[in-house]
Amino acid sequence: MNVEVTPLPGIGVRKDFALRNGRRIGVVTHRDGKIELIVSKSDDPDACLAELPLTAEEAGALANLLGAPQLVAQLREEHRDLPGIHTRQLPVGPPFDGRTLGDTALRTRTGVSVVAVMRAGQVHPSPTPDFTLTAGDLMVTVGTSEGLDNAIKILKRGG
Amino acid sequence: MADTALELVELGAVFFSLGLLGRLAGRIGLSPIPLYLLGGLFFGTGGVVPLHGIEGFTAIAGEVGVILLLLLLGLEYSASELIDGMRRSWTAGVLDVVLNAVPGAAVALILGWGPVGALVMGGVTYISSSGIVAKVLGDLGRLGNRETPVVLSILVFEDLVMALYLPILTAVLVGVTLTGALGAVGISVAVLAVVLVVALRYGRFVSAVVDSPDREVFLLKVLGLALLVAGFASAMQVSAAVGAFLLGIAISGSTAENATKLLEPLRDLFAAVFFVVFGLNTDPASIPPVLGWAVVLAVATTLTKLVTGWWAAGRVGIGALGRARAGAALIARGEFSIVIAGLAVGYAAVDSTLTALATTYVLLMAVIGPVAARLVEPAARWVRARRPSTAPAPSAGN
Repeated sequence: MNVEVTPLPGIGVRKDFALRNGRRIGVVTHRDGKIELIVSKSDDPDACLAELPLTAEEAGALANLLGAPQLVAQLREEHRDLPGIHTRQLPVGPPFDGRTLGDTALRTRTGVSVVAVMRAGQVHPSPTPDFTLTAGDLMVTVGTSEGLDNAIKILKRGG
Repeated sequence: MADTALELVELGAVFFSLGLLGRLAGRIGLSPIPLYLLGGLFFGTGGVVPLHGIEGFTAIAGEVGVILLLLLLGLEYSASELIDGMRRSWTAGVLDVVLNAVPGAAVALILGWGPVGALVMGGVTYISSSGIVAKVLGDLGRLGNRETPVVLSILVFEDLVMALYLPILTAVLVGVTLTGALGAVGISVAVLAVVLVVALRYGRFVSAVVDSPDREVFLLKVLGLALLVAGFASAMQVSAAVGAFLLGIAISGSTAENATKLLEPLRDLFAAVFFVVFGLNTDPASIPPVLGWAVVLAVATTLTKLVTGWWAAGRVGIGALGRARAGAALIARGEFSIVIAGLAVGYAAVDSTLTALATTYVLLMAVIGPVAARLVEPAARWVRARRPSTAPAPSAGN
């Protein structure tokens, strides 16, 4: 992927790339750290359809949504030969904001393994029980479908 | 005591009405600058409500306004951005100078204001308002557009031209000979080169002098240094504004960003006073005679900026709509045109009606600019729809 980096003097930097259909997508990072998501118009590739200002948290959440499915798909591919084993992404709810992975006791209670935690588009692989969770994190988990269903309930209820 | 009370009331009334005007400008999506000028015309000599007694304060506050306008212009771009901009867009920048300074200079010559008047009016019609342009681009959501870097690099180039132009103008205004003026050109080129090298190589030392983690200390140090440099520059017959501008270029990195954030409200306050003072010094009665010429200049320099942007954006492969947008974005003139005209006020070599023409011209351009930037796209689409065969198709992708 060829990401074009264009300085915007006095404002910041634009980073974008062309999609397969010719439209551009990217971000404008302001000097003061503000981020805007940009998508080009279909009939005029020079212009922007939208410039959406994002907070750091919003940008992180969006990056998770875009990045996690890819990781899940990859893991699913690897477990394809093992019937009964599923890979899913589970959102961390407010009850576990600031608490550790060990506090959830997912493995003991549901048999589900947390393979990775996605945060702000970054993959934190093989988190240890003392890994501190934040609301908005996505857990990439492997387990039976029953175990995964229970894990979702635990993460939502907080215990 | 009663005098002080009256002065406070007058000053308060001026600031409060400026606030109301600024709010009105925001409501209708305009730059507040033309309304501030109108406010000045309203309060000033021959205006509806002449104010007396606050001239002492407004005069010095207006001077500080100019210094802050130029200091923040210098802070806006880093030295590396300036040099990069010069390398990449010098052809467009030169076209910009030629196309946009010539109409102003020509009108000054026709009106019999001589070469000095031509130099002043050339500057007034040349320089786009980077404040208005940046705001319009942000408001219209065009920061991510592909033509926007072209527009910004032309503004960067204009910034550099100002650094050369202002010392020359000051030298000419104080009445040096042609050889003296050439000397001023040499000196300003040399000084600019030194400042750029210092900013690039030793910028952190300059920044270290003013930088402080404490906001209050930082503010006092930056403002103090700017006024000191401006004062000494003024004493050496180089304009105060130039000194502040070069200091702004020399301060770089995060120090420059923090300084911008701290000084912006101060600049807005003092610059508003400056625009009012400029309006105060313009007699409303002197405007109607120059109105015709101001309209001629407005039409001519709207077209020349459109051509500049059209050509500059075309060079980097932008489509027709983007080229039209780039041209229209550059049309707005504002604070720096007034700064240039303000420098010329009071010198014997400059005709007094020049202020009236500059005021009227900026009043028109500060309104036309944002409106044109908004309307250009529907207008260009309409033209394209009417002539589908002849209009060039926008270039796709890279």
